[in-house]
Amino acid sequence: MSTPTTSTPSPTPASRLRTGAGTFLANNGALVGLVALCLALFIATPNFLTGPNLLNIGIQASTIAVLAFGMTFVIVAGGIDLSVGSVAALSAMASAWVYSAAGLPGGLSLLAGLATGAALGAISGIAIAFGRLPSFIATLAMLSVARGLTLVLSDGRPIATSPAVSFLGGTLFGIPVPILVLAVAGLVAAFILNRTVVGRSMYAVGGNAEAARLSGIPVKRVLVTVFALAGVYAALAGMLLAGRLNSAQPQAAAGYELDAIAAVVIGGASLAGGVGRVSGTLVGALILAVIRNGLNLLNVSSFWQQVVIGLVIAVAVGIDVLRRKNTRH
Amino acid sequence: MSTPSADAPLLTLENVSKSFGPVRVIDDVTVHVRRGHVQVLLGENGAGKSTLIKMMSGIYQPDGGRILVDGGPVVLDGVRAAESHGIATIHQELNLVPTMSVAENVLMGRLPSRAGLLDKRAMRTTARRALDRIGLDVDVDQPVGELGVARQQLVEIAKALSLDARMLILDEPTAALTHGEIDALFGVVEDLRADGVGMVFISHHLEEIARIGDDVSVLRDGSLVAEVPASTDEDELVRHMVGRDIADHHPRRREYTGPDEVLLDVQHLSRHGVVDDISFQVRAGEVLGIAGLVGAGRTELLRAVAGADPYDAGTVTVRGGALPAKDVGSAIAAGVGHVPEDRKSQGLVLGASVNENIGYATLRSTARLGLVDRPGQRRRAQDVADRLRIRMRDIDQTARDLSGGNQQKIVFARWVLAGSQVLLLDEPTRGVDVGARVEIYEFINAITADGGAVVMVSSDLPEVLGMSDRILVMSGGHVAGELEGEDATEDRVMALAVRDVDRDAEDHSEGTSA
Repeated sequence: MSTPTTSTPSPTPASRLRTGAGTFLANNGALVGLVALCLALFIATPNFLTGPNLLNIGIQASTIAVLAFGMTFVIVAGGIDLSVGSVAALSAMASAWVYSAAGLPGGLSLLAGLATGAALGAISGIAIAFGRLPSFIATLAMLSVARGLTLVLSDGRPIATSPAVSFLGGTLFGIPVPILVLAVAGLVAAFILNRTVVGRSMYAVGGNAEAARLSGIPVKRVLVTVFALAGVYAALAGMLLAGRLNSAQPQAAAGYELDAIAAVVIGGASLAGGVGRVSGTLVGALILAVIRNGLNLLNVSSFWQQVVIGLVIAVAVGIDVLRRKNTRH
Repeated sequence: MSTPSADAPLLTLENVSKSFGPVRVIDDVTVHVRRGHVQVLLGENGAGKSTLIKMMSGIYQPDGGRILVDGGPVVLDGVRAAESHGIATIHQELNLVPTMSVAENVLMGRLPSRAGLLDKRAMRTTARRALDRIGLDVDVDQPVGELGVARQQLVEIAKALSLDARMLILDEPTAALTHGEIDALFGVVEDLRADGVGMVFISHHLEEIARIGDDVSVLRDGSLVAEVPASTDEDELVRHMVGRDIADHHPRRREYTGPDEVLLDVQHLSRHGVVDDISFQVRAGEVLGIAGLVGAGRTELLRAVAGADPYDAGTVTVRGGALPAKDVGSAIAAGVGHVPEDRKSQGLVLGASVNENIGYATLRSTARLGLVDRPGQRRRAQDVADRLRIRMRDIDQTARDLSGGNQQKIVFARWVLAGSQVLLLDEPTRGVDVGARVEIYEFINAITADGGAVVMVSSDLPEVLGMSDRILVMSGGHVAGELEGEDATEDRVMALAVRDVDRDAEDHSEGTSA
């Protein structure tokens, strides 16, 4: 067996020495894929490896990556969240609404957006943990409810965002803010998963909920936290998106949940739960963004891009399945 | 098929070897399986039994040596290849679809059809014939999941035989069965032996070997260490297996000399339809055994005390403090540790490391400001793992890769780390090999010597009798009696256990279904 992909991302020095480079490659197949992809595009087009284009990729990746960080909590804990796209839209809309219609100051409108995401996620979490709904069903319901409420709140029209939210679409010291948000959100997610009690509990709940419960881990509370966190991350992603357009759109982020799930799974997480890392998810989100960017540079139509993305998901997960089969004797 | 010869063994593994990476798991082993013969494979977990079975059933191919069928060399490069030679395996985890009918399961993959439509009548007749061969009287239209484990196993045997199996590999078939069910299974094995079917039998229960086996191949660390008749004395078998004498199989010692104190006090505990008005006390330094038949409510009682399941009435008190119902966290805080019945589905997160698994119960109590104390956790887990002699590559090894005995020790280690004083053990040595079993008994001795209290549910009668200071016998959800000292004999326990059971017999057979 290789080193466990489930647990601590930093093995002891001794085991790191012994397992060596081969295991690193085997455990970071997605990263190898990303590097290969970048090399191929570097050779194929001179426009790929330029500063502006790379920043562009970072901005493009940020929304999906932040959604996918939230999704990583959920998938590690053995669930699925189909509502993140709708929750992103409703949170951004709620933030814009409290600013434009209710006249709340900009900074507070940002917090209102995050709180909306947390509340929506917690509601899904409560329905799953205490109402015993499968997460697929509870979040499918939330997908519809949140999108509907977004339309109700906005009357189907875009609403201008507050300066604080618009700032998320701007630049700071020459660096696009979405990339800074992406970095901070990723570090926070990794910290939560690796260092906090609730984070480690997510792995236990996803790996074996009954064993976790019998060990005294408050499984239901962990699940509510997981979905609330996914909601907060969705809200952040929604406001990143709105900030770039200076307005919250009623149909924003529709279908993004599938890209987020794809990023997490490409990053090596298991839909069965208990396995997954934020670094993997980041790589997964970057792979999706690089492919889209590269295909644009190569003038491939957006229709074909969808075909390619679908194949990449299938191939990435297929390789992962094969790898797991080979490392287990 | 190559040169069949009448008196050649059905199957021979000839000087086979197998390595995984640098680890040689099977080294130059020869085993014969003969017609009408039950060949027992005996060895501790990790001795190589399952690797041998997988070679016989085509899942693994040997690196060295050869496999002969009817005296001619063959290559078993897959389960299909083994099946085509008439070799079938009844795995511990049964390969049945619980929601489908008995008939569909028996004919899975070769359902009879007419013009592309399922021919239900032919399906029922064929399945009926297969079941009749082993005298299994079940409704072929019943979903398999509604049958008890024992009958599911027989369905699987019927399925194998209907595929013209000449050789059956039975991997721990008795592990989940009651005494009566084991008798029924052995009856079928006797019939098949008379029919000339060759069988490979694996069990951790030594007394079953003399009952059902013909010859025993004893394995240790991947090598064949002895080939003896099944009538061989149990102590000698153990000596071959572990390479040393284990003087006492159940080395219970009472060494606690501290103050006499009631640690666990359960009063009038009831849960509708499961346990009925149960009261008992366990004192510091004491092991209370709980015996009874499967379905008597022993596991349910233990789970209620541990806070894992709710109850309707009664109280659970630890060291004078009452525990709230269905609250595992409070029970753990009060010093209760629960080793559940099925370590794989209830005790461990199999995909997580040994380190993580040991630390779950103390994740919260050792954290500061919600942050896990990772270095401290690791140090403590390593320390406990060393003390319990958990055999692993290192503390980051995945729990799934350890043997049954070592997995069970991980669950124990979790409660050692939590400082639990009241241990609730549910079948603590099921599927655990002899060596690790004795280590677990020694651990029970150590806990009670330190003033802890142990409640042990076990279906292994010699274990209950050997390790308990007092025995509570349960039947039909209530206490049928309590035995101590000279009174505690196998006969007395069984007499109490079967009390009232006639009336409840139907419930029990339903209750044991998976």
